[in-house]
Amino acid sequence: MSARRLPHWADVTLVPLISLVIAFAISALVILAIGEDPWEATRLMVQGALGSTYGWGYTLYYTTNFLLTGLAVSIAFQARLFNIGGEGQAMLGGLGVALVLLFVPWPNWWTAIVAALFASALFGAAWAAIPGYLQAKRGSHIVITTIMFNFIAFSLLNYLLSHVLRPQGSMDPATARFPNTIRLPRLADILEPIGIEFSRSGPANVMLFVALLACFLAWVMLWRTRLGFSIRAFGQSEPAAHYAGISSVRIIMLAMLISGALAGMMAVNSVMGGPQRLVMNAVEGAGFIGIAVALMGRSHPFGIIPAALLFGFLFQGGSELAIETSIPREMIVIIQALVILFTGALDNMVRAPLTAAYVAIRGRR
Amino acid sequence: MDLGTVVQILDSTLRLATPLLFACLAGLFSERAGIFDIGLEGKLLISAFFSAAYAHYTGSAWIGLGVGILAAVVFSLIHGIASITFRGNQLISGVALNFLAAGMTVVIAQSWFAQGGRTPSLLGEARFQRLDLPFAQALADVPVLGPVYSQILSGHSVLVYLGLLTVPATWWLLYRSRFGLRLRAVGENPAAVDTAGVSVVRLRYMAVIICGVLCGIGGAYLATSLSAGFVKDMSAGRGFIALAALIFAKWRPWHALGAVLLFGMLEAIANRFPSLDLGLITLPGQFMSALPYILTVVILAGFVGKAIPPRAGGEPYVKER
Repeated sequence: MSARRLPHWADVTLVPLISLVIAFAISALVILAIGEDPWEATRLMVQGALGSTYGWGYTLYYTTNFLLTGLAVSIAFQARLFNIGGEGQAMLGGLGVALVLLFVPWPNWWTAIVAALFASALFGAAWAAIPGYLQAKRGSHIVITTIMFNFIAFSLLNYLLSHVLRPQGSMDPATARFPNTIRLPRLADILEPIGIEFSRSGPANVMLFVALLACFLAWVMLWRTRLGFSIRAFGQSEPAAHYAGISSVRIIMLAMLISGALAGMMAVNSVMGGPQRLVMNAVEGAGFIGIAVALMGRSHPFGIIPAALLFGFLFQGGSELAIETSIPREMIVIIQALVILFTGALDNMVRAPLTAAYVAIRGRR
Repeated sequence: MDLGTVVQILDSTLRLATPLLFACLAGLFSERAGIFDIGLEGKLLISAFFSAAYAHYTGSAWIGLGVGILAAVVFSLIHGIASITFRGNQLISGVALNFLAAGMTVVIAQSWFAQGGRTPSLLGEARFQRLDLPFAQALADVPVLGPVYSQILSGHSVLVYLGLLTVPATWWLLYRSRFGLRLRAVGENPAAVDTAGVSVVRLRYMAVIICGVLCGIGGAYLATSLSAGFVKDMSAGRGFIALAALIFAKWRPWHALGAVLLFGMLEAIANRFPSLDLGLITLPGQFMSALPYILTVVILAGFVGKAIPPRAGGEPYVKER
């Protein structure tokens, strides 16, 4: 049987790539069906997202969100846990960021970002801990509990923003603005001293580097530490891990805590780095896009970097498309859905003919 | 709280429980056959859009219903192809279909009607009309039973009564028919069903199609009966509440009716009283809307009796060779 399998390199590159091509081809058909030109749409998206440093400023801002939420889903996936709760965990992370920045007078941005990272990770991890505990100890299905926790997080945040944290006299459900003294340095501030001109309006900021560092640390954790080995072993085979003396409760809890913390940290970018206050839709579905990113990147910390960049491009390009054409922003939700469908659920449909072709070619030699 | 308010709340409980009931029974068929379906939400939504669009074009709510069912069945078949034929991950497929519905409905609605992702309002026969049960007028003055019959039970759209009839029908099909026995078996032990010479794949596809039909009716009810037309994201998490109700009911049809009536009542109360004053504390509306989810987590945690799903749920069946 083992000879009838696709080599590893093809499984991690060809299968997701072909799935992606199918997803994009169907998206193009949808655009054709509503009477628009897919080539023109692609051109507009590339132009809007990558054609200027203004576009890049937004593309990389969204990429930062997706890197962290994608990483969050990936680490849970490595332990074969499907954490759909990234959205709720990021909402709670945002709450942590807002509380720590509103009620403590931080002297400068870098003390503030350290505090915000801690607070968001703590809140996100706490929100993931309950479903994690229920899965580990009581066998409640993590998918269902994390979905429920997304809704509970939404109601909780809605209540806090409209009754507790809303400043007096303000009508919209949002907190007050954070002081300007702790504004995160944007890419323009970072690149100017080394002589690169960059648009000042794009919100991409120093969190991009934090997110990339998180990817590297996640790789070290997963492939160079005992914990990472246990997580992957547990994900490959729970009984085998059990026989090797790996505690399932410990692995489920740790994987979910790390996953929740990463999803929560995404809020430092989207709350502190973006609007500088906590608003209701601070997460903007990034928790769900993390699922697509993780599936495309094969749950590998380095695999998700191109995947997050692709979705950052789609997200920014999609907004430009909505301005320039009659294609609404929801087009990217369709693309996201198709990517999840083809890379996550229909991957065997792509793999089977590829394997057959591979076996045929090898057999002839 | 006077009697009038109670009657009003119970009346809207029935109205609001109906889409949950269809989605919940849909999930019941699918999950009892071993196919997890977290895509109920997406199927409600896609059917809501297509039923509203075609009810608008044709002026007939019944044609709208048919097209809505068709759309939901197409989604069910995609789920079936992914999870039965290609043995993919059922949860991921469900997530994908939810997003596909959320995106498709708005993109197509914008292209067809250019009203910001909604359909035009449905008028007259394009909506399901209220149906007065026989003698509703005559019995209105009988104490207690009068208001219950003429104001709570009577005067809903035909789909509400269809929903209520689907419960005993589901019960009969599941527990009294040969098909139901096989369906339940395929969700618990597909290998045994296979050994008996019954096709696992065929049974599971049947279950998934029934799931699509029921979701289709639920979605059409949302757009052509509960409201007058489609608006963006109008399913508003009902597919997930239905999933919660299914767990609450421990995958049993009569209990499902009880669970959706409970969740429907919570929604009705939250609509009627934006914040609920209980004397000692005032519950905010947000708490009321989160309550179904909180209750489900409590049930799942096993504090109020354990909810055990069908044993083969979520596992693709691989025939031995």
